[in-house]
Amino acid sequence: MTTNCCSQANGEAPRAEVPAAANSETGRFGFLSAPMNRRSFLMCAMSVGASGSIPHFAESLPAMPLAETEQKQSDAQFAVEARFYDKLPNKKVKCKLCPRGCAVGDKERGYCGVRENRGGVYYTLVHSRVCAAHVDPVEKKPFFHYLPGSLAFSLATAGCNVNCKFCQNWDISQARPEQVSSQYVPPRRVAELALQYHCPTIAYTYSEPTVFSEFVMDAADAGHEAGIRSILVSNGYIQNESLRAVYSRMDAVKIDLKSFSESYYQKIVTGELKPVLDTLVALRKMGKWNEIVYLVVPTLNDSDAEFTGMASWIKANLGTDVPIHFTQFHPDYLLKNLPITPVSTLERARDIAVAEGLHYVYIGNVPGHPAENTYCPQCRRMLVQRTGFEIRQMLIRKGACPFCKQKIPGVWHA
Amino acid sequence: MRNECSPSRRSFLSNCLAGAASLVAGGHALPLDAAELASSPTKAKVVVAHDALLRDAGGAVDSRCILNLLDHAMQGLLGADEPVRLWTKIVVPGQLVSVKVNTLGGRGISSNVQLVEAICERLQGAGIKAQQIVIWDRDSTELERAGFRVRTGGNQVQCFGTDHVGYEDELVSHGSVGSRISKILTQRCDVLINVPVLKDHDGAGVTIALKNMYGVIHNPNKYHPNGCDPYIADVNMLPEIRTKLRLTICDATSACYEGGPSFKPEFTWQHNALLVAQDSVALDTIGWQMIERKRAEKGLKTLDAEGRAPRYIATAADAAHRLGTNDPRRITLTEVRLA
Repeated sequence: MTTNCCSQANGEAPRAEVPAAANSETGRFGFLSAPMNRRSFLMCAMSVGASGSIPHFAESLPAMPLAETEQKQSDAQFAVEARFYDKLPNKKVKCKLCPRGCAVGDKERGYCGVRENRGGVYYTLVHSRVCAAHVDPVEKKPFFHYLPGSLAFSLATAGCNVNCKFCQNWDISQARPEQVSSQYVPPRRVAELALQYHCPTIAYTYSEPTVFSEFVMDAADAGHEAGIRSILVSNGYIQNESLRAVYSRMDAVKIDLKSFSESYYQKIVTGELKPVLDTLVALRKMGKWNEIVYLVVPTLNDSDAEFTGMASWIKANLGTDVPIHFTQFHPDYLLKNLPITPVSTLERARDIAVAEGLHYVYIGNVPGHPAENTYCPQCRRMLVQRTGFEIRQMLIRKGACPFCKQKIPGVWHA
Repeated sequence: MRNECSPSRRSFLSNCLAGAASLVAGGHALPLDAAELASSPTKAKVVVAHDALLRDAGGAVDSRCILNLLDHAMQGLLGADEPVRLWTKIVVPGQLVSVKVNTLGGRGISSNVQLVEAICERLQGAGIKAQQIVIWDRDSTELERAGFRVRTGGNQVQCFGTDHVGYEDELVSHGSVGSRISKILTQRCDVLINVPVLKDHDGAGVTIALKNMYGVIHNPNKYHPNGCDPYIADVNMLPEIRTKLRLTICDATSACYEGGPSFKPEFTWQHNALLVAQDSVALDTIGWQMIERKRAEKGLKTLDAEGRAPRYIATAADAAHRLGTNDPRRITLTEVRLA
């Protein structure tokens, strides 16, 4: 089972994408030292079963124990003054986190639902307020060229700065923080947990990390102090100043490019395309490892012209080596009237992107498809064989094809 | 001077037409819901009831006076009748009644506690048991900040926020909106009585009856762009709201003409009035005019000139929504003045 959220990727969601066997293990909740009896954690756990029909995915991994005892949520515990905003007259504030630029009156919240104006001071309500945490294969984000076969300590808070009609994580992304179960997990604890579970990376994912930027930055700093890297799974809808502050702390970033059409972004995503393209260019200039996911939604963003336009833009602005994942849509949330994306459509998208000259074009959410594998753009030999999130074969040596010595871009080893 | 309230006080029904009142009083076995009334060909009726002497010497709203004002407002709306009997046109014994208040503005500008108590008194007089009444808003803490006492058990009027019971897991959607609905509305309510406050709103223009329904859904933050248009209209189209909403009693004892929706004392005035209607669109239309008049009196630009006219009111009235009328020619405004 896969997901369609902003972090849809290869089923990148706290529910539905955790492999099947986990749910069948009665010890899964026993693994939790704090019973996750509130909604989102239950959703995470229960939906694990939904992936049971896909036996190809990697070995099951547990949801994480975050606290020794169940914690009572205290608003004051999570409320930290936001870092990206301006104060306006009449106790209003102007949020500078994402391009939406919400002007927020006293006692009100921004579009994301997790930032609140309290008497003219703007607060994030989700610092250290973790509503989902799992140990995931990094392939699930998906990162195919970044530490393949490794684990990512993956976490989320509530909230999102867009409202994709296909989001499969809407129960946390479209919720206010007080509406989902959360635990207090401060940055150092995040780093400790990542170490404890042998994760070389912390992944900020599932909902939209932009809306919990302050926590991302602090957790990344704590992680780096402990030798843990940070990777971000984002919609890329972020203002430049906050982008610099957040992304400079990241070791790799995956961006959901949801379409190559402004009208799609307006109608389906409730966002804008242009700032996302700007983010991709900024990432390129910052030298951050970046992969792109494009969720292909039947009839809405699956035309040849759109695929061609996007691939051409990527080639011109980002180069031919950035991996792009065309992933399969599954009906959910407010878009239940459309079918699952036909595999033939994904293959058409891939063919177009390859014809435009992109070197690493993948198909996602179709376990076992040959386009899950990495092929050498020079000699065409298969270099990484994948099934779902599992690495079957890894032949890249010292960042190069072992057959023709072609350099293969990515971060292949810790 | 201490206000002396009694039913015998002189009242003015300055423009009392039969209109919608006769429809309501016309012998229906069960009360009509607001949607049925709003879609009827009869004129919508809005009653604005004032009492200049509503407050005690300390400036607080007097409980007896607000009950009296409420009675006059209801008589203006539903036709002259004994006050308690009027409410049997809104509710019938055995129904679960929820009173949705607005508490964002804290004690400064939230639904008045004395007014809500008066409503509950009349509901009980009409045969609704105390424990079948719920006073509610999004959050229990906000209710307390506004002066309500949270009560969740016993044979008394209940009062708590949605945070106490949560939202339904399933989404409901209409048009641009997809939301989870408060379980108070879905599980603890047969009849919804809306008790908003008359306020300016920095994004939507005004927040009165229609926008108060944002407190019913789990994700109102998603529906503030574009002056909340068409989102407010779409939220009010959600079946649980549309079919259960039977009456709006807008608290304009204190009202806000600028800087809303939070409490700004410098922009708040004691209007000492109630607006009562079964057509939320018509009520919002009249309420908007009242705010504009106050803004003009204070030398402020119109909301339209500020680029924040509440367009959602017209959307709520359009052919796709038909939640009521915003056409002044189809609204019968009845003013009741106690003095």
